[in-house]
Amino acid sequence: MALDKSEVEKIAHLARLHISAAEADEVTSRITDILALIDQMQSVDTDAVEPLAHPLEVVQRLRADEVTEENRRDELQTLAPEAQDGLYLVPQVLE
Amino acid sequence: MIEKTAAELSSALAKGDISSVELTRAYLERIARYNYQLNAFITVCEESALKQAQTADEKRAAGDRSPLLGVPLAHKDIFCTQGVTTTCGSRMLHNFVAPYNATVVEKFSAAGAVMLGKTNMDEFAMGSSNETSFFGPVRNPWDTKRVPGGSSGGSAAAVAADLCAMATGTDTGGSIRQPAAFCGITGFKPSYGRVSRWGMIAFASSLDQAGPLSKSAEDAALMMNVMAGLDNKDSTSIDLPVEDYTATLNDSLQGLKIGIPRQHFAAGLGAEVEQAIRDALKEYEKLGATLKEVDLPNNHLSVSAYYVVAPAEASANLSRYDGVRYGYRCENPVDLEDMYKRTRSEGFGDEVKRRIMVGTYALSAGYYEAYYRKAQKIRRLIKQDFNNAFDEVDVIIGPTSPHTAFELGAKTDPVTMYLEDIYTIAVNLAGLPGISIPAGLAQGLPIGMHMVGKDFGEAQILNIAHQFQQQTDWHRRKPALGQEG
Repeated sequence: MALDKSEVEKIAHLARLHISAAEADEVTSRITDILALIDQMQSVDTDAVEPLAHPLEVVQRLRADEVTEENRRDELQTLAPEAQDGLYLVPQVLE
Repeated sequence: MIEKTAAELSSALAKGDISSVELTRAYLERIARYNYQLNAFITVCEESALKQAQTADEKRAAGDRSPLLGVPLAHKDIFCTQGVTTTCGSRMLHNFVAPYNATVVEKFSAAGAVMLGKTNMDEFAMGSSNETSFFGPVRNPWDTKRVPGGSSGGSAAAVAADLCAMATGTDTGGSIRQPAAFCGITGFKPSYGRVSRWGMIAFASSLDQAGPLSKSAEDAALMMNVMAGLDNKDSTSIDLPVEDYTATLNDSLQGLKIGIPRQHFAAGLGAEVEQAIRDALKEYEKLGATLKEVDLPNNHLSVSAYYVVAPAEASANLSRYDGVRYGYRCENPVDLEDMYKRTRSEGFGDEVKRRIMVGTYALSAGYYEAYYRKAQKIRRLIKQDFNNAFDEVDVIIGPTSPHTAFELGAKTDPVTMYLEDIYTIAVNLAGLPGISIPAGLAQGLPIGMHMVGKDFGEAQILNIAHQFQQQTDWHRRKPALGQEG
């Protein structure tokens, strides 16, 4: 199905992406092409088919509910763009 | 020495013909000489590689006989490596130094293999030509105007150009097999769950699988002996005993039943590729195999279903890149939403953004049934096609790609690029093992032959590939790198 630019803007917002006015036409037409490829699936009747979520249809293994990870906060926070006193810093959210 | 297979290097090291330090130095010199042309490596670890080689030589002197001890390899830059940058081919992770090693990296390290560096790839493994990398495209060593395939293009080019003895890759829709075909090497995707995904940066979690890119099927078996196995850190890794994949390489193929999928020899397949595969099948008949046509009637829907499942899973997996805990963050965000949006728009390339948006759309309210659930139903039909075929035959053989490597910039439209994986994608949807091995040349460019096995039929696929390589020398052919000036 063909998308219009306002739908693409809505999807971009859901995905927390910014699409500039200059890119909007091209992005819309590329995604419309991809959806046309995807829509070939609709040619087959699958009413009686069970969905396959995992190629081997096995159940996930469970483990005992035990603490296995050590606390590496300081080391991991060295990777952050901004961190202070054990906290990640982001732009102010509350006034 | 650098042109030899890992198996040959293993025995040269064991006999003392060469040390790991000498061998590692030879590869580092070759990388220094040719990487500027190929762009196969994003990071080269000269110092640590020589140190690991030194350690390997010491271990050997102390009696360690691990087969891959001291053999130099490269890891695709999707595997986390402690202390060495892991970029996933993206600006988003251009500065990311993982705080831990992927299980695959740990296992090769424990086996004594030497890590030469990290190889280039399509951004977040999304691409079939290695042109979406933030670090620039990789070039095919057989013709540097052409692509090496993708997404494991750096690993494939590095193995083909003898910049390493072997390399790791990942395959979500063909990303090991197609570059192996384009670069004239062996590339093996194991069954889903056979190799741990822990520390392998996620693209589409129900499809992703790690595997070897190597100079022979025997080398792939040696690598699988190291890579395969249960890992409690990956809840989808399978609890099945690991076979010695080298033990059955020389089994006879007498009575083997090979399935020829009609749909893989239909319109769109290049004539020279088809001829090479038909010639290869004759070799198998000489080895005692019989051929039988089989049908994979839903194969034509595999690309459509894949481009729902993979982007949907990717949109969820890539939501973690928000500029807060690691990786890229935009300059001077005005508020939190601005930070998320600009970080993600500047940090991701166009193809990654497209797939995130397609996946977000397919999972959004009102569309889930029509897209994601429908795709999962098609996935069942595709798996059933393979099950039906495997009631009649032991292995399915066809071409890996419809044609040989294309020129850089030749395919700018995403849908055309997606259709590159028409023969490989269904295998990921079904979770089966698949391999590409060299089977000929057309105008000086390698042709890949694709084989698909039953669930956990790794050993049989490697045996079938190895037997072909005992009869032919396509896997020994080398690009004339460097002669073009």
